[in-house]
Order: sequence, then C-alpha cells, then structure tokens
Amino acid sequence: MNGYWPSATVEGREVDFLLLALLLVSYAVLALVFGLILLYMVRYRAGSGVSRGARSRKTWRFEISWTAATLAIFFGLFIWGGDLYVRLFQPPADALQIYVVGKQWMWKVEHQGGQREINALHIPIDRPIQLVMTSEDVIHDFAVPAFRIKHDVLPGRYQTLWFQVDAAGVFQLFCTQLCGVGHYSMTGEIVAMSQPDFEKWLANGAGPEGHEDMAAAGKELFTAHGCSGCHGEGGVGGSPETTGVAAPALSGLYGRSVRLQTGATVTADDKFIRDCILTPDKTPVAGYPQIMPSFSGQISEEKVLRLIAYIKSLKSGSRT
Amino acid sequence: MTHSAAQISYLEDGHTLRSWLLTTDHKRIAILYLVAITFFFFAGGFAAFLMRYNLISSHGLLGSAETYNRLFSMHGILMVWFFLVPAVPVTLGNFLTPLMLGARDLAFPRLNLLSWYLFMVAGFVALYAVLAGGVDTGWTFYTPLTSLYSKGHVVAAIIAIFIAGFSSIATGLNFIVTIHKLRAPGMGWYRMPVFLWSLYATSVILVLATPVLAMTLLLVAFERIFGIGVFDPAIGGDPLLFQHLFWFYSHPAVYVMILPGFGVISEIVPAFSRKELFGYKFIVWASIAIAVIGFLVWGHHMFVAGTSLFSAIVFSLLSYMVAVPSAIKVFNWVGTMHKGYIHFDSPMLYAIGFIGLFTTGGLTGLFVAALAADVHLTQTYFVVAHFHYVMVGGMVSAYFAGLHFWWPKITGRLYPEMWGRAAAITIFVGFNLTFFPQFVLGYLGMPRRYFAYPQQFEALNLLSSAGAVVLAMGYLLPLGYFTWSLLYGERASANPWGATGLEWTTPSPPPTENFAVTPIVTQAPYQYEQPEAVIHE
Repeated sequence: MNGYWPSATVEGREVDFLLLALLLVSYAVLALVFGLILLYMVRYRAGSGVSRGARSRKTWRFEISWTAATLAIFFGLFIWGGDLYVRLFQPPADALQIYVVGKQWMWKVEHQGGQREINALHIPIDRPIQLVMTSEDVIHDFAVPAFRIKHDVLPGRYQTLWFQVDAAGVFQLFCTQLCGVGHYSMTGEIVAMSQPDFEKWLANGAGPEGHEDMAAAGKELFTAHGCSGCHGEGGVGGSPETTGVAAPALSGLYGRSVRLQTGATVTADDKFIRDCILTPDKTPVAGYPQIMPSFSGQISEEKVLRLIAYIKSLKSGSRT
Repeated sequence: MTHSAAQISYLEDGHTLRSWLLTTDHKRIAILYLVAITFFFFAGGFAAFLMRYNLISSHGLLGSAETYNRLFSMHGILMVWFFLVPAVPVTLGNFLTPLMLGARDLAFPRLNLLSWYLFMVAGFVALYAVLAGGVDTGWTFYTPLTSLYSKGHVVAAIIAIFIAGFSSIATGLNFIVTIHKLRAPGMGWYRMPVFLWSLYATSVILVLATPVLAMTLLLVAFERIFGIGVFDPAIGGDPLLFQHLFWFYSHPAVYVMILPGFGVISEIVPAFSRKELFGYKFIVWASIAIAVIGFLVWGHHMFVAGTSLFSAIVFSLLSYMVAVPSAIKVFNWVGTMHKGYIHFDSPMLYAIGFIGLFTTGGLTGLFVAALAADVHLTQTYFVVAHFHYVMVGGMVSAYFAGLHFWWPKITGRLYPEMWGRAAAITIFVGFNLTFFPQFVLGYLGMPRRYFAYPQQFEALNLLSSAGAVVLAMGYLLPLGYFTWSLLYGERASANPWGATGLEWTTPSPPPTENFAVTPIVTQAPYQYEQPEAVIHE
C-alpha cells in the first residue's frame, strides 16, 4: 500500500486544501480563545493587584462584532465546501462505468467486459471512472481515503461515485458503514494502472464464468429467465400476434422517457430497469396491462446488472 | 409551617429505605438519579476501556469481532441514553431548579418520582439486553442491519430506550411547567440564572424530539418481529427513512446533552471570576436559537448516505448557522473572565477545561459541516474524536464542574480541594491524550467500528489507549474523594464559594421545604461585588 499523501486525485488534493484552510481557521480561533483565557488567568487572578479600571456594561458592540465575524467566516467555508462537494458528485459524461455490489462481507466488482474481481478494483489512470454500486443486503460504504471520497451503498438503489486517478499505485478500500460482525474485514484494494497495463489486465483477467462481456451474459439470462418469451427475441417487444401478450419493446429503451399508468414520466435509467424487473407492479407502463411477474428473490443483484447491460446494448430496431 | 420543621435537612428527614424510594422531594429524587447514572457512567466507561484495550493491537486483542461490536454498541447506548441525555437535568437540574427559582418543589413531584422509576425500569431492561448477550448494531441502529440482519437482543434494547424516552418526556414537561409557574415573586424571566434558561431549552427539545425516536424504534421493532416492510427495500421499505427519523431525534438530542452543560458553565465562570456574566441576554437567546435551529440540521449526518445534492447544501448551511450561537457563548465566557478576580478552585478548572475542549470540538464540527471535507472525514475516527470532544470533553467536564460546584450544597460537606484540582487536570490531560490522536487517525482514513485494522494505524491507537488509562484514573479519583467527603468531609456553610443565586441563601444541605420563607427577588443574577472596579453606564 502506498500513495496516501498527497491524494491520488485532483479533487482529493482540492479537499486537502479545504482541510488545510479549516485547520488554519481552527488554529486562529484556538489561539485567540486559549490565548485570552491564559492571559486573563494570569493577569486577573484573584491575588493580582492589577487595576481592573473602568468596565463597560454595554456588551452589544462586542456581540455584534464577533457574531458578524463568525457568520462571515462560516459562510465562506460553507460556499467552499459546497462547491467542491457538487463537483465531487457530478461525473463527467465520458466516465468508464464499472459495477460494484456490496454484500456481507465482501465487495464484488464486474467490468463491462465481464471481468470479475472480489475485494479488488483495477482501474486505468487518467480516465474518469464511474462506479455504479448497490448492495445485496444491508447498507455498506465504499470509501477510498487516498481519493478523499466515499459513498454509502444501499440495497434497492444504485449509487454512483466517480474519480480520476493520476498516479499508478495500490490504494486501500474500506467499508465505512457498520454492516455486521465482519464489517472490519470488508476491505480491499484499488489498483490503478496505466492504460496499456489496464488493457493487458483486462485481457488476462477473465472471471470464472469465462470471458463473455456483461451484455452477452445478460443475453443468456434474458432467454433463461423467459424474458424473451414476452418481450421477444432481442427485446423487440411483444403483441398478442407475435408472442401472445402485449409487452413493451426494450430495444432503444435505455435513456428514453417512459410514461407510466400513473401519469408520471420517468427516464429509463439503471434504477428504473431494475425496478421493472424486481417490482414491476410499482412501475406499470402506460398502454400495457401490468401482467409481468416480479423476479424479486429469483435474480441476484449481479445478474440484474448483467440484464441491464444487455438491455442497454439493444439499439432501437436492432436484433442482437 | 413550624420553625423547627424548617431546620431539618432533607437528608435527615427520614432514614428508612421507604423514605427514599417513595419520596417526592426533588432533592432526594436527584440523589436517586445520581446513584443510577453514576453506575451507568462507569458501566459505559468500562466498555470503552475494553474497546481501547482491543485496539492496542491491529489484530484486535479481544480476539472476537462479535464481542467488540457488542461492546461499542453497549458503550454508545448506555452513555447516550443512560448518562449523557439525563445526566445534568435529572441530577443537578432536579436538585437546583426549585432552589434557584425559590420554590418548594417541582410542579409535579409525583411525576418526578415516576420519571425515576421509568428510568430505572428502562435501565434494568437495558442491563438485561447487555447481560443476555447485547446487540451489535451500534447505538445508531441503522436499518436494515438492525431490523432484519442483526442477531442479538435488539428488541430488548429498543424497549429500554423506548421506556427511557418516557422518563425524558416526563422530566422535560415537569421543568417547563415549573419554570413557567413557580418562579419566586420578583423573578422575571431575565432574572433567572442561565442554568434555568438552558434547562428550559433542553426540556422543550426533550418533549418535542423524543416522541419521534419512540415511534421510529417501534417501527424497527415491528419490522424485526412481524416483517412489516418499513425500512428494508426487499420488503418495500426505504432504508434512508430510518436515518431521517433517527437523526431528527438524535441531532437535537446532542443539544439536549450539551445545553445543560452551557448552563452549568454560565453559573461557574461568573462565580469564580467574581463578576457579572458577560452578555447575559445573548447567552440566553443563543440557547433558544440552538434549540430551534437544532431541529433543522439532522441531514448533516447523511451527506454521503444518498440524499440529494440540494438537501446536502441546505443542511450544510443550517449546520453552520447552528454553530454561531455556540461561538457566541464561548466569547461571552471569555469576556466574563476579563477584568475579573479569578479563583482557581476545582469547579473553575473543570469549567476552563470545558471551554477549551468544547471549542476544539466545535471547531472540528466546522470540518464536518463543510460538505466536501465531510465526505473524507465522516464515518472515520475524526468524527469519533469530534463528538467525544463535545460530549466527553465538553459535557462530562461541565457535569463534573457542576457536581463539584454544588457538592457542598447537595451533601453539606466539602471535598478535599487539592484532590479536586488534581482530578480536573488529570482528566484534561488524559482526555486530550485519548482523543487527539483520533483526529489524525480519521484524517488518515481509519474507519470507525473496526475490530481489527491495518497496521499503519497502530502507533496512534496505542497512544490513544495509553491516554484512556490516564483518563480512567481521572474519573476514578472523584469517585474516591467524593465518597471520602460524604463520611469525613468538613461541614459546608450555606455559601462556601461566595456565589449569588437563591440556592446559596438556604442552608447546606437545604431543609426539606427549601426555604423557611419564600424569597423575594429584587435584582438580576450574578451581582458580584467588585472590590474596586468603576462601573460606568
């Protein structure tokens, strides 16, 4: 393990700069408060004969001054921290997506090419990485101190986290949300490598299920779980004439707006597709009777991610 | 009331067990509480001591993660609900509120006794949960870990806290009514000691926030026992809902813990500076402002939990706002010392320690209120150090300051002053040794609640554990000399410190009816005589 200081990301170094500013403000205030207390303890100790002189009873001028000064400094810190926070959690559009599933007590990672790893994450440097994270059981937290970044990983939701590392190295990964007895053991490492090294790793790093990519694995699941029985081969959609039931088309679905029977319009993102698979009753699509069964408890979070990868890969009108 | 009855001290007014267990005298109930919370303080402290023992080695010396997780859960639950939340209100608050107001008792003496019984029932249920094997959820009970995955005696722990909550509500209600209705003639709101204002603000929070905790914990119990989906998404719940509800109580509860401490310090600093409290009205309204804004900052516990960017920004701003009144108080205490005649008796040493440690805790709060900084620091030892500076460095120091200050009034005996000073200094040094290294550990990334940890953190953990030994000695000292003082301490006069306040006008220990004649208040509090100062308007 190395590369803790300085931070391995641009944003991480900005966080350090903010922390330094906070530290300086704290030292200044502590010096003032401790300095005055020590000064008064000596100068105005009961046994000291120093003249106490005239003492003003009107305190409001002091009150207004230090309240205003405190407010001004606090507001500055708030703006600084808020601005950086917003940037920390807004991924660039071209980020490389990698999928992470937390469970008691391990991290499971799957790359788009189908490479899988446990308690480790290999990434290329100088390229924005976006993690799409979910949990199979309780709340976990994906924390990389060297990047000064962390986010909770919740069951039933997709949380994203992005970063761009600019130095090769191995960095510690911790779960920082209490997740049960094995919480302390839910650690791992992030291996940042140059783009050529990363490609070499991808080529050799086949997971136990062979070298199929996530979408291809998803295609198998699509058939095995009977999705194609209603939605048609390649997700072209079904009708009473073709598949026997009316089922919406899935090709070209990802990223499109979908109208629900409730009247609401939602964007078909990862979370929406996940909900449609696991809790279809909650997302009935307008124009279709809600007859889809729930696959909750039958398909693991990792398999859902593969199905989503397959549905994402289906372009409008195509037959993959 | 006869004159002779007025001479019997509350301690002499009945010697049977029954006369204590069925008493409605606020002073005796305060003693009953004092015994109970002292027990819980040392029980929770013992758990902390074992945790520091475990962390001496990066492999975990206790050898069992389950044991360690149960220890930190027990430590948190006992310290928060059975020590910090009740500590000052039920002991010093119970004893002093009627005395400071010039009243005979609290407004509802029997409700006060009921509060104590509820607290004891809650305490025994909590002890049952601990002795039966404990829980491993942490004091925060996050779902769905707590509701569905955790083994252990979660329901018993929840019931304990649920019952303790009713004790809190009853106590809060009693103080609110008492302060409104039982002030002595002439005691307007601005003639009340700041301690009572703090207690009033605390009571309002207790009455408004505690029911939310009770409901939340009941929902967790329902989900756990009956599988009703409230918080677990697998059965239709929302895992973040629990955190919102829990912190809606637990953040204001932080102010429940610290506001009475502010009150204690605001009494002691003027008394030992022989000078009027600087900025009385600002200190008073700062307490009220904290109580109000404190209800609007719960979201700052969830900056990396999955709430929206917008809510994070709003909660960050509000968190900075709630820090302003605390800063105002610190400046006013320092201002009180200016041109005073400062005496360094034990209560003042604890109070000065409080100001230093609380300020450090408050300033590190600015770190975790700054959104981007919080992302790195939250859920690490930085946060552990931050809230221990406020809760232990601040609140426990204030409690000890108050206990030393009013000890002669409560017991009628003096404690050995040199031992008191030695303990105050030992606690200050031990505390900093224990918790300062944890700020560094947190910045370096060490997560909370880890039974074993990477070897690179070992040196700082060793330092922290060594500090805990010093701190433990500091806490055991008062247990020793206070006990000694009960048996052999010199008899105290009515006003051994030369302090203002109605409680010092009645004998030590006070008679059962507090005042032989109802006092009439004719001036503002803290009118300390100035030997030579010229005061100009």
